[in-house]
Amino acid sequence: MSSTFETVAGIIAETCDIPREKITPDSHAINDLGIDSLDFLDVAFAIDKAFGIKMPLEQWTQDVNEGKVSTDEYFVLGNLCANIDRLVAAKAA
Amino acid sequence: MRLEYFQMVDRIVALDPGAWTVRADCVVPDASPVFEGHFPGHPLLPGVLMIETMAQTGGWLVLAVLRFQRMPFLAKVKEAKLRAFVVPGQVLQAEARLLHDGSGYAVVAGSISSDGKKVADAEITYRVVPFPNDTLRAQMLDTARRVAVPEAFLHG
Repeated sequence: MSSTFETVAGIIAETCDIPREKITPDSHAINDLGIDSLDFLDVAFAIDKAFGIKMPLEQWTQDVNEGKVSTDEYFVLGNLCANIDRLVAAKAA
Repeated sequence: MRLEYFQMVDRIVALDPGAWTVRADCVVPDASPVFEGHFPGHPLLPGVLMIETMAQTGGWLVLAVLRFQRMPFLAKVKEAKLRAFVVPGQVLQAEARLLHDGSGYAVVAGSISSDGKKVADAEITYRVVPFPNDTLRAQMLDTARRVAVPEAFLHG
């Protein structure tokens, strides 16, 4: 997860012009880092490319909108990286 | 092209949803109210309409890849380069290549050429969402047939 976090943090810093030192595993992409939905598309594109995956953003959005999970599940970076690791593992399986 | 109706693509001449590529012919009209203002005595196709042309060309590709089950809406234009003036009557070839079919978004590399010379290029991002209503989907299918999107790519 640590290398995943380093990659994701680097992507966010570069894509959203946020100082790298402000980005931690506990950061919430929206509430703490102020990433809006358009910038998050850029982040998602870079993550998809970097890890060779297709993050199911539509499913995640639906899960949040239906109250199944809070936004923390997908937007707190530690959780996001865990989800990325699961997608990478599922792809390799 | 019918600029005042935002009909930028005249005809899809090559479309391969499997290879994620599309090519279209677009002929700039000899006359349009747009040229009365842009610019008086010196008519030029506005750069924003060159970007729109690339966005629509890539949009047809995304629609075909998704078999018209979802609609791409322009969300972002990155590094647009307008490399040459485009004038009334000029014949353009627009191309797009899908870079990524994401979840709820898509990214294409678009370009426009004329006489073999590139006149514009950009990376274009779309939000890809369910059609907001049946009217729009029916209109898009009608327009797809007008610009010669193959029938096989119109349905899932």
